[in-house]
Formats: sequence, structure tokens, C-alpha cells
Amino acid sequence: MSADHRKNLLFKALTCLAAVSVLGIVVGILAVILMESFPALKHFGIGAFLGGRDWNYTREIYGALRPLTGTVVSTGIALLAAVPLSLGTAVFLTEICPHRLRGAFGAAIELLAAIPSIIYGMWGLFVLAPFLDEWVQPAVGSALGGVPLIGSFFVTKSAGGVNLFSASLVLAVMIIPFITSIARDAFEQVPDVLKESSYALGATRWETVRKVVSAQSASAVGGGVIIAMGRALGETMAVAYVIGNRHASLDSLFSPYTTITSVIANEFNEAGGIQLSSLFTLALVLFIANFLALGVGRRLVKGKEK
Amino acid sequence: MTGIRKRKINNAIAMGVAASCAAVGLGLLLLILYDVLKNGLSSFGWTLFANDPAPPGMEGGGLRSAFLGQILLTAAALAAGVPAGVLAGTFLSEYGRNMKLSKIISAVSDMAVSIPSIVTGAFVYAILVKPFGGFNGWAGAAALAIIVLPIIVRTTESMTSMVPWSLREAAFALGAPYHKVIMGVVWRSAAGGIFTGVLLAAARAAGETAPLLFTSFNSGHFSLNMGRPVPSLTVTIYQYAASPYESWVSLAWGAAFAVTAAVLVLNVTGRLLIKLRQGK
Amino acid sequence: MPKVRGKRMMDLLTVNNLNFYYGSNKSLDGVTLPIRRNCVTSLIGPSGCGKTTLLRCFNRMHDLYPGNRYEGEIVMDGRNILDKGEDLITLRSSLGMVFQKPTPFPMSVFENIAYGLRLRKVRNTALLKEKVEKSLRQAALWEEVKDRLKESALGLSGGQQQRLVIARTLAVDPEAVLFDESTSALDPVSTQKIEDLMVELKKEVTIVAVTHNMQQAARISDYTALMYIGKLVEYDRTEIIFTKPKHKMTEEYVLGRFG
Repeated sequence: MSADHRKNLLFKALTCLAAVSVLGIVVGILAVILMESFPALKHFGIGAFLGGRDWNYTREIYGALRPLTGTVVSTGIALLAAVPLSLGTAVFLTEICPHRLRGAFGAAIELLAAIPSIIYGMWGLFVLAPFLDEWVQPAVGSALGGVPLIGSFFVTKSAGGVNLFSASLVLAVMIIPFITSIARDAFEQVPDVLKESSYALGATRWETVRKVVSAQSASAVGGGVIIAMGRALGETMAVAYVIGNRHASLDSLFSPYTTITSVIANEFNEAGGIQLSSLFTLALVLFIANFLALGVGRRLVKGKEK
Repeated sequence: MTGIRKRKINNAIAMGVAASCAAVGLGLLLLILYDVLKNGLSSFGWTLFANDPAPPGMEGGGLRSAFLGQILLTAAALAAGVPAGVLAGTFLSEYGRNMKLSKIISAVSDMAVSIPSIVTGAFVYAILVKPFGGFNGWAGAAALAIIVLPIIVRTTESMTSMVPWSLREAAFALGAPYHKVIMGVVWRSAAGGIFTGVLLAAARAAGETAPLLFTSFNSGHFSLNMGRPVPSLTVTIYQYAASPYESWVSLAWGAAFAVTAAVLVLNVTGRLLIKLRQGK
Repeated sequence: MPKVRGKRMMDLLTVNNLNFYYGSNKSLDGVTLPIRRNCVTSLIGPSGCGKTTLLRCFNRMHDLYPGNRYEGEIVMDGRNILDKGEDLITLRSSLGMVFQKPTPFPMSVFENIAYGLRLRKVRNTALLKEKVEKSLRQAALWEEVKDRLKESALGLSGGQQQRLVIARTLAVDPEAVLFDESTSALDPVSTQKIEDLMVELKKEVTIVAVTHNMQQAARISDYTALMYIGKLVEYDRTEIIFTKPKHKMTEEYVLGRFG
């Protein structure tokens, strides 16, 4: 065996080790978190943990229902607000914006997606939450507050704008550049000649976007939205400030509440024993939900590219 | 004709709505930058870099230790993550390019880029904080390295597989063994692209907060001992912004401005490098 | 030739001294020619000569992209369709276009054909069905797809897709169909079918075909225009262009000596 050959084998082994270590880390994350969750899962049982309403330090009973609800509701509201706005922006960027400015606008969107989430969180705390508290919540409250059954969900119950609604909107602002960028890429993948075929039949821009561009890019955009959902589910810093981390029943959108990430961020360092294990279980739920969302989303986005 | 007029009006409305969406979306995001700039600059000054945090209520505190700690943590994360990532990415596009294992690793690293960073933090806490009895800088650097690693793997893989095969064949034809072909030809050709990936990864690491909360934590004292808690800008923002002291909030804005500026500069540089190379 | 009643009826389009610019680049220079009704007119010439650019002036396709500028006139029904006030929706639905590669929309065969009709708010199902069938028959595709109208158009073969696009164009009752090298991506059998179709269709519509294939121009067209570097070299009846052209360049081109 020549020296070169031996060195080559050594180098190959080194690269292979590095590659396998990536897999090892991901599997390791899953395994360690699973292990750390085990005490809580064993103590409460999976069903009782996931469906448990209580998060009680003195009685040492921990259930995921409220953080789960908070995560699902805040992500849902965030998508509801961000998706139309992002799709509109993407339509603007691909169809209306003068060609000279498209590069600059596109780059701005990508840069904004790179801004750290703590910055979004801080802005939410100092700018958005007070604004919502002063202008939006009273208006919504007086408009919908009197409606039977659902009215109480729109009544402001604490000051300062620290509540589930604010947290959802900070999340929405944070994922706008992300969804916009994916939707723009998907729209741009639609061949010009396909759009021309629509225009050649006398369609307007809007008709072409609504019927042809949307049909051609639907699965990629859908995949992008699902990936964005995964991102919103797992986002910590953007919500941690304004959610309020209150373990109580969800009586109003304008009340402080809790999410999986905010309860982990707020309580992890002070927790021990079964509480810490419960927090790890929440992390596990998050990890799995995020992986599922990514798996589905990636498949949809990639599927159309081929 | 009225039908066509109605369609044109619909078109105008829809395009108007799209333009308003863009105005709102971009407007909001510019507003964030504006707020960070305005509040950040007002707390910017020599003391921000020269002093350590002052006790609550006292003026003149700075973020010297947080700046240095942030740089230290990011550098340590890159020092571990970049070589490992480049080697792993190289395996995927070279030795293992036709292996099923590589496809799996490639897909897994693609998804690992998006693992919620708080989960990474919790993981590192379990393996590097709890067993060693306390928060430490190494754990923070490890958490950031785990975040950086898949980014570098993906960039390296895509950049090296863009190097044409004829180039490798030319080197093989001169009798070079594969590892020399990789180091001498493939890496050299892909270096610019990989470097851009490193810049973007550094930007990502510098902006992360959640993985540091349970690992390197924070320290009000000047300490760059990696065996102990190491301060960082992002965790400082997290703790100071929510504090009731005006001077701390002001420091948090200063840190927010510094982090945003650093992340944007790294991103712009990375993207310009891509542009420059494409321009050639 | 159909019966001719006066010049305006005879020509669907009259191109007068047309210049076209993309940015500062002049890509059409002083082009003048008529497009006769119910005839096939071929535009030939080496690549980059401006034949496709000219074709895309007819339905103002250039307006989709920035930096376009027209000078001169293209007269249709007594008005200059290059005027700022021209209604592009009406213009484009009266001058259909078929592209080089088939462009089926990602929807069913039926919805592809119904696309233009639905844009015009045709909601009557019976009428839609009738129109779809008629257009598919005109495009000689009905027999092949009548049992799979609900299936995705993307599942059809390339040749079928191209005839689907022709049927989609015919469904909105255009006055002319503009073919932009529409057979160049197809196999010989599919090409043959589409050539037959063009000859058949001219009974009802006017046809303008850009082609790089001179034999095709000779086979199907009544009139042929040769272009070179943005200018019209010669326009005449096809048999004259191919047998006794006036210009030396035309003779050399049709004999395959350049281009």
C-alpha cells in the first residue's frame, strides 16, 4: 500500500466520520431529549401529559395542554396574518414592481429574514405591543366584545399589550420575509411562456396570477407555508417577551398566555426534577412537530422544482 | 365591453392590494430597522465598548464583556463547526456521492438547519451543563457549533458538487490521489462559495439567543473563562430589555443595534461575494 | 383564395413602416407588409432576424416586458393597434398565439380549453361543453381526448399538448392565430398533423407562422416574408419567393446558402 493510498484512506475515513457525526448529533439530540423526558412521561403518562391542563409548581403536576394550545393558536394567527400579506408582497415583487427595483427589493427581503429573532422580540415588546394595546385591542374589543359566546375572547384583561395576540403578531412579522421569499421563488419558477399563453388569451395580470401562476406554484408555496409554520412553532425569542407566560385557562386573546418555547425559556434554568423533565418533554414535542412540518414542506417545495 | 371593464377594474384592485401588502410588509420591516437604529444609536458611545455593565440605576455601564464573550463564543463555534462541516460536506459530494447514506445525511442536515434552537440549547444543557455542574462557555460554543454545522455541510456539499467533473479528471490524469484532488482542486475551486457559507453561518450564530440561555448563560462580571458562564450580546439583550432599569434597557438597545449591524454586514458581504463570483 | 371585397376586408393587418426597440436596441427597422385574411403567411429568416419580434408585435406581447417601444403602425379594422389606448385584452383574444413548446396549463384538458371562456365569464355549462368540443374537433384532438377531458393536460403527449393549445386558442373565436415556431419541438408525425391543421384552419381564421423550416413555409403558406437583421427583405406569394424571387438574398436563403 503506497503512502498516498494510505493517506487517501485516512482522509476518506475522516470525512466519513464528520458526515456521520452530523447524523449522530441529530439522533443524539432526539435520544437525549427522549431520555430526559422519560421521567415525566412515565410519571404522568403520554396522554395525561399532553392533555393535562395543569402546570402547577406546588402540586408538581405538569400538563402540556396549555403550552400546546398557545403554540398552536399563536402559530395559527401568525400564519393567518402573514400568509396573505406575504403572497401579496410576492405578487408585487414578481408582477408589478419595476424590473430595475426587483433585485433590490428581493435582497431587502432576504436580509430581513436574517435579522435575529431576539430583535423582533425586543421590537415587539417596546413598539408593537404598546401600539396594539393602545389602538387595536380597544377597537377590536368594542367591535366584538359584545358578541355572545366568542365576545369575551376579545376583551383586554391586562395592560401593556403583553398577551397571546401580540405574540402572534410578532411571529407574523418575523415570518413575513421568509414566506415572501419562498413564494417569490416559486412564482419566478413559473415559465414566462406559460404566463404569456395566458396573456395571449386576453387574460389580465390578476387573472394570470390567480389561475395560472397559482396553479403552477401551489405545491411549492404550500410547502413554504408549512416550513414557515415549523419555524413559527419553534420560535422562542420573538414570543418570549410578549406572551407573558401565564399558566391559566385561555379566556381571551388579549390575555397573557404561554407557549411551548416560552415556558421552556422562562422556567428551564430554575427547574429541576419532574418539572425539568416536563420541559424536556415539551422540547421533544416541538422537535417532532418541527421535523414533521419540515419533512412535508420540503417534499412539496422540491417536488415542483423537478 | 362592460365585462372587460369589470375585469380591468378587478385587476386594478387586486394589483393595488398586492402593492399595499408589499408596502405594509416592507414598511413594518423597515420600521423595525428604524427603531433599532434610533434607539441603538442613542446608547452608542465609547462607554458601550469600554465598560462592563454597571449595577442597576448607575450610569456609564457598557457591554465590553458581552462583546468579547460574543466574539469568543462565535469564534469557538466556527472553529469546531467549520472544519467538521467542510469535511462532512466533502464526503457527501465526493467519496460518498453515490451512497444512500449520503442522501440520508444530506436530507438530515437540511432539516437540522431548522431544528428549533431552544431544543438544541436544552440538548447541550443535558450533556455539557448538567454533568459538569454549571453553565459554561464551552457549552454555549458547542450549542452554536451544532447550529452552524449543518449550514456548512449544506454549502460545502452544494459548492463542491458544482465543481465540474472534468476538472477532477484532469487532476486524476496527472496521477494525483483523490485526497490531493479534493484539497488541491475541488476545495480551491469551491473556496469562495464555502467562505460565503461560513459568513452566513457566522451571522446565524451571532444572532442566536435561545441556545445560549441554558448553556453559557450570562455573567455581569468580566470573564472570558470558557469554563464559567460567558456573557453574550444576545442573552444580555434578553435579560436587560425586560428589566425595569432605564440604563439597562438602553444597553439592550445598544446591543440590539450591534447584533443587527453585525448580522446584516456579514450577510451583505456574503451575498456580494456570490454576486462578484457570478459576475466573472 | 377567398373572395376579396376591397382592401380593408382583404387584409386583416397592415404593417406600415414599423420600428421596434428593446431599450436602445432597434430590433425591427421599417417593416411594411400586409397580413391577408384567411391565408397562411410565413415569416422566415435566419435566427435573430426579427421574425419572432414582429410576430409578438401583433398581439403586443412585448408590452409585458420593460424597455419596449414601437414606432409606425399596425392597422387592424382601421385603427392602429400600437396606440397607447389599444385594449390589449380584446386585441390578444382576437389574435391567438401558439408558442414553440406546448404550454398546457396545470389543469384538466377541459379547463384548459375553457380558460379563455371562463375569463369572459361564460358560466353556462352546456355552452362551455359545446365550445370545448367544437374547439377540440377543430384542432383534430377531440377523438383522442374525449374520454379524458377531466384528466390533467400535462399527461398528454407533446403533439397532443400542442393541438390542445391550438384548441384553447380557437375556443375564444380569434380572427387570427399566430404560430411561433410551433412545430420545432415536435416529432415529424405531430408536425405533419399540425401543418395539416393550419391549412385546414385558414378557412376560418388568418394564420401567421414564424418558422425556421423553409420546406414547411413552402408547403403550408400562401404568402412568405423573408426577414434579415430586423428588416423585411422580400414579401410575396410563396411560389414566387421560392421560385423566382426578386432579391438575390432571398434566392440564396431559400436555396440554403446562408442562415
